[in-house]
Amino acid sequence: MSTTATSGPAAAAAPRGPKPRRLSVARIGLYGFLIISALFFLVPLYIMVVTSLKTMPEIRQGHLFGLPETWTVQPWIDAWMHACTGRDCNGLSPGFWNSVKITVPSVFISIVIASINGYALSFWRYRGANLFFGLLVFGAFVPYQVVIYPLIIALREVHLFSTLWGIIIVHTIFGMPILTILYRNYYAAIPSELFKAARIDGAGFWQIFVRIMLPMSVPITIVAIILQVTGIWNDFLFGVIFAGRNNWPMTVQLNNIVNTTTGTRTYNVDMAATIITAAVPLIIYFISGRWFVRGIAAGAVKG
Amino acid sequence: MTNHSVSVKDLTLNFGAVKVLKNLTLDISEGEFIVLLGSSGCGKSTLLNCIAGLLDISDGEIWIKGKNVTWAEPADRGIGMVFQSYALYPQMSVRGNLSFGLKTAGVPRAEIEKRVARASEVLQIEPLLDRKPSALSGGQRQRVAIGRALVRDVDVFLFDEPLSNLDAKLRADLRVEIKRLHQQLNNTMIYVTHDQVEAMTLADRIAIMKGGHIMQLGTPDEIYSRPQNRYVADFIGSPSMNFIDGQLQDGVFARGDLTIPMAGYNYASPQPPGGPATIGIRPEHVVTGELVGNAPVQLDVTVDIVEPMGSDTLVWTEVAGERFRVRMDGHAQVRHGEPLRIGIVPARASLFDAKSELRL
Repeated sequence: MSTTATSGPAAAAAPRGPKPRRLSVARIGLYGFLIISALFFLVPLYIMVVTSLKTMPEIRQGHLFGLPETWTVQPWIDAWMHACTGRDCNGLSPGFWNSVKITVPSVFISIVIASINGYALSFWRYRGANLFFGLLVFGAFVPYQVVIYPLIIALREVHLFSTLWGIIIVHTIFGMPILTILYRNYYAAIPSELFKAARIDGAGFWQIFVRIMLPMSVPITIVAIILQVTGIWNDFLFGVIFAGRNNWPMTVQLNNIVNTTTGTRTYNVDMAATIITAAVPLIIYFISGRWFVRGIAAGAVKG
Repeated sequence: MTNHSVSVKDLTLNFGAVKVLKNLTLDISEGEFIVLLGSSGCGKSTLLNCIAGLLDISDGEIWIKGKNVTWAEPADRGIGMVFQSYALYPQMSVRGNLSFGLKTAGVPRAEIEKRVARASEVLQIEPLLDRKPSALSGGQRQRVAIGRALVRDVDVFLFDEPLSNLDAKLRADLRVEIKRLHQQLNNTMIYVTHDQVEAMTLADRIAIMKGGHIMQLGTPDEIYSRPQNRYVADFIGSPSMNFIDGQLQDGVFARGDLTIPMAGYNYASPQPPGGPATIGIRPEHVVTGELVGNAPVQLDVTVDIVEPMGSDTLVWTEVAGERFRVRMDGHAQVRHGEPLRIGIVPARASLFDAKSELRL
């Protein structure tokens, strides 16, 4: 056969090589849906960003979608330092640091305890382990509102109500069921022979946990961090109840800024404050999301 | 006590209401290579885990090197164990894997290095010492796993189906290496497998297990030539033994037209018994070709199915209405429907009581 024959139109009819891609109606529909979905989330974000960069007179003109005529970062500075939350006019920054003080210890403590729980539940099958695990799973489904009042009483009795440690304990308790389930299921997928080998090598409860299981737990720990940081940072209810006025997290402060109406409502400051508050979980997600994928890939190659 | 390296006495293990091991007793001599063989669920791995101390037993005693270790921690029993899935610590290098047990035992650093160097020399894994397990092949991983047992300088090695995750060729290679290792170290080794080739080639003695009992404990030759019961006879040998049910009367086995005088058969009891019995004949013990004339019993059969396997050919026929396999030479020219003359040597056959299934 000559070379011209294979490259002619006859060759195109005969299936050979990679299958040609065609844009079908279904594809167009799919992409259309995805684009609309993306716009659904992105348009409000766009409006928030441009509004936060406009001056108040410009906002009053009502051009919602227009770019700012005079760009300004003053709303952001006001939101961070000068906006009034009730009587105080220090902006969001105290709330931000309160949130950091609440989130960091809560995430750390809850993950440490939950990983030990999960490890003990999957490898050291002590008597009553299943009952304990069942109770924990049940705990994951208890509505928060039901336990708030008893918790207030309990914390008051130990003089931790309205304190930083009080709110940290509350977050740790409420993170426990789901985190324990997460770690238990992760460790359940690790071959029990690894645990047996370590026991024959003479390692005890803590040695096996620290030297063998923890180094293998990076992927699930990233998941736990995302889950806890997002949950605790975005929490409003527990913060406003348990933290006490001096420790109110950012979300509570944001609410106060937005709801404080003395004179005109400063939309640009509200928008900037909202974006700042939402930024932390977003950043965590972007940074650890990459780690997350890497962690999964590393875990996929079993040792 | 005695010179038994490992003794299991009246071992019973219950998982809830299920009796997994039942009053099991097993004595293993110093330096002996014991294979626990059985199909899945027979309790062989469970027994190994009990000896290792990884499972709490319900009743009985376990002695290792003259010490009662029934309540001892796994690390204090003087055992090393090799697992099917290798169970290497994935975040540690090969060196880290080998030295982990010694570090937890508080062995001095210089001694650790000496032992790791020696073990890696024996197993030829020196170039791999700084690699992570994920960068090793299956065979290399299993060598490291054996090395981890080796560095601990233990009396008893426990292997839990160590070759089952490897491909056929590697399995054969590593099998020979384990045998060489045993000759070199002369440790007591207990080896669990479901692969009868591994069992036959490696073992000094094989324990065939079923339903938590040891069905027969003996040398590979005893197990193969004089199976104690029908289960063992059926389990060992590939292709498996042919069985024909019939009657044994005055030293003659009969089933319809088929009569086999059992002249030369070595009975288990001094008095040749009578009554319903099963005769078992291994396909490779059926005589074909020119040698048929020498066989005490000769039969004419018809070839049904021919399975050529290269080194030999398996021929399916029928004897007394039962399927009957005959192993022939690889060059045998036989085809479906052709007549075939076969010879049976009663001295190499096995007779079992039809009811108790025990050897007669």
